[in-house]
Amino acid sequence: MKALVSIKRVIDYNVKVRVKSDGTGVETANVKMSMNPFDEIAVEEAMRLKEAGVVTEVLVVSCGVAACQETLRTALAIGADRAILVESDVALQPLAVAKLLKAVCQKENPQLVILGKQAIDDDSNQTGQMLAALLNWPQATFASKVQVADGKAQVTREVDGGLETVSLKLPAIITTDLRLNEPRYVTLPNIMKAKKKPLENLKPDALGVDVAPRVSILRVVDPPKRKAGVKVPDAKALVEKLRNEAKVI
Amino acid sequence: MTILVIAEHDHGTLKVATRNTVAAAKQIGSEIHVLVAGNNCGAAAKAAAQIEGVAKVLHSDAPQLGEFLAENVSALVVSIAKRYSHILAPATSNGKDVTPRIAALLDAQQISEIIAVESPDTFVRPIYAGNALATVQSKDAIKVITVRITGFDAVAASGGSAVLETLVAPPDSGLSAFISREVSKSERPELTAAKIVVSGGRGMGSGENFKILEPLADKLNAAMGASRAAVDAGFVPNDWQVGQTGKIVAPDLYVAVGISGAIQHLAGMKDSRVIVAINKDEEAPIFSVADYGIVGDLFKVVPQLVEELKK
Ligand SMILES: Cc1cc2nc3c(=O)[nH]c(=O)nc-3n(C[C@H](O)[C@H](O)[C@H](O)COP(=O)(O)OP(=O)(O)OC[C@H]3O[C@@H](n4cnc5c(N)ncnc54)[C@H](O)[C@@H]3O)c2cc1C
Ligand SMILES: Nc1ncnc2c1ncn2[C@@H]1O[C@H](COP(=O)(O)O)[C@@H](O)[C@H]1O
Repeated sequence: MKALVSIKRVIDYNVKVRVKSDGTGVETANVKMSMNPFDEIAVEEAMRLKEAGVVTEVLVVSCGVAACQETLRTALAIGADRAILVESDVALQPLAVAKLLKAVCQKENPQLVILGKQAIDDDSNQTGQMLAALLNWPQATFASKVQVADGKAQVTREVDGGLETVSLKLPAIITTDLRLNEPRYVTLPNIMKAKKKPLENLKPDALGVDVAPRVSILRVVDPPKRKAGVKVPDAKALVEKLRNEAKVI
Repeated sequence: MTILVIAEHDHGTLKVATRNTVAAAKQIGSEIHVLVAGNNCGAAAKAAAQIEGVAKVLHSDAPQLGEFLAENVSALVVSIAKRYSHILAPATSNGKDVTPRIAALLDAQQISEIIAVESPDTFVRPIYAGNALATVQSKDAIKVITVRITGFDAVAASGGSAVLETLVAPPDSGLSAFISREVSKSERPELTAAKIVVSGGRGMGSGENFKILEPLADKLNAAMGASRAAVDAGFVPNDWQVGQTGKIVAPDLYVAVGISGAIQHLAGMKDSRVIVAINKDEEAPIFSVADYGIVGDLFKVVPQLVEELKK
């Protein structure tokens, strides 16, 4: 069975993001870019399913600018077999990405699609659920455990009250949470091998998808700053402040 | 302009998040309906009808809605979506699971986790772990939105007298099935609704050591939370995680113990009214958002704090 993993290129999670002074967005020039951390977990999970003999091929897909190729190469170095870049210079919103992924799924017929639960740039938490809707497939979001057998995926999900387990008929969509696995490090020999793996380039037009943004971003600003606080010497002073100054207890 | 709010409930009782979401709806328009979908959820539907400012409650009761499976709930909402200009759900794990599915079926680009309403089509939402705030405008015919509950004060639970309408649910999708649930039991207030939150991080050292926070939480009637590192290490359950990819909280008082203050953690608590940090490293970034900080060993400071609170 084929597994498809979608990966987004985002500003690295360690970078302190800065809002542009003209209010149009955040500074991306000369900023370190990486694979969205949840997508690294998604690639790792697909690899483990392959190593367990459940999955036979791992296909990774990214939608965006040409530089997403680098991110796809990283996924190939982790172990994915093949990559597709759906190249577009438009700022792609989750619905557009879901439509592109749907078109790729219809060409490729994966039995399992694994996405991250959330991209750490737009913090949307939408694409997987949208793709499931468009394909009319079942979904399990926020996965912390995945078992695939007998045409079904049994998925444990991290939910507000604790954990929940559901069973999905394949083909199905899964989105990853942080504790699903710990991604492996890529090794130099695997980086070299990845250079020779196939990477296909597709265009939204060829897939028949209109990717024009549906939500316009009017402005982007800094959040309000908290004013600097004070250090207090001990517990006694703290309780005094909380009672008499902040009046929260 | 009629707005549909999808209620958060456990069949018997309505969650406060529903009333935060109604508060957001009120800033958009005045005709507000609430959908209560579940199994034997009549009590929650009745409670929804009491909410201040709600005109109508749609009550859909069916076994296939019992576990809030996104496939079934989205089909139900889509069956009535044409009546509405806006569909809102709280950004809880249920809301985040089902709402994008509804949006895609309506060909709408959802707007996630709004914290302010500027006009019926323009909203403010945090991006990049709250390091930037984006004002966004939707052109979709039906606007599909999730609401960050810390952004809106809940409307009153009583004072309304909405009409109740029963809604027939579409059949089970047959695509997914509920297997089991492990609910973390706690006598404490719910993390996202508590007035005071006491959170521990990797500095706690072990799950066992989290016990020293309990008398503090007891004394303050606080909910307990944690950093990702503490959850990953298995010290405490996953649903305690506060942060960009965990729960977003904004209590009156947030006490961070042995937490360094990574941006992903700050994203989940920096809108708290008062922040206290206890950390042995005076350079820890948590101090840059803390109103009151104590530099010291938490194993000494926390018991002293409990003693002082008794006085
Ligand atoms: C995609 C992604 C999503 C993430 N989402 C989240 C999220 O939602 N929430 C979250 O919290 N994190 C999240 N993180 C992780 C985040 O980056 C940090 O790694 C994490 O918050 C660190 O947790 P911590 O502060 O407990 O641990 P550390 O950074 O290790 O800090 C421990 C602190 O304890 C102090 N300490 C140690 N011993 C003592 C003592 N005896 N007395 C007093 N102080 C002591 C130390 O000085 C230190 O400051 C995410 C990361 C990624 C990549
Ligand atoms: N441009 C993209 N290319 C490939 N995958 C994407 C893209 N945008 C989002 N995704 C996938 O969808 C997940 C959730 O993203 P989001 O809905 O934007 O929070 C990500 O973790 C990715 O797996």
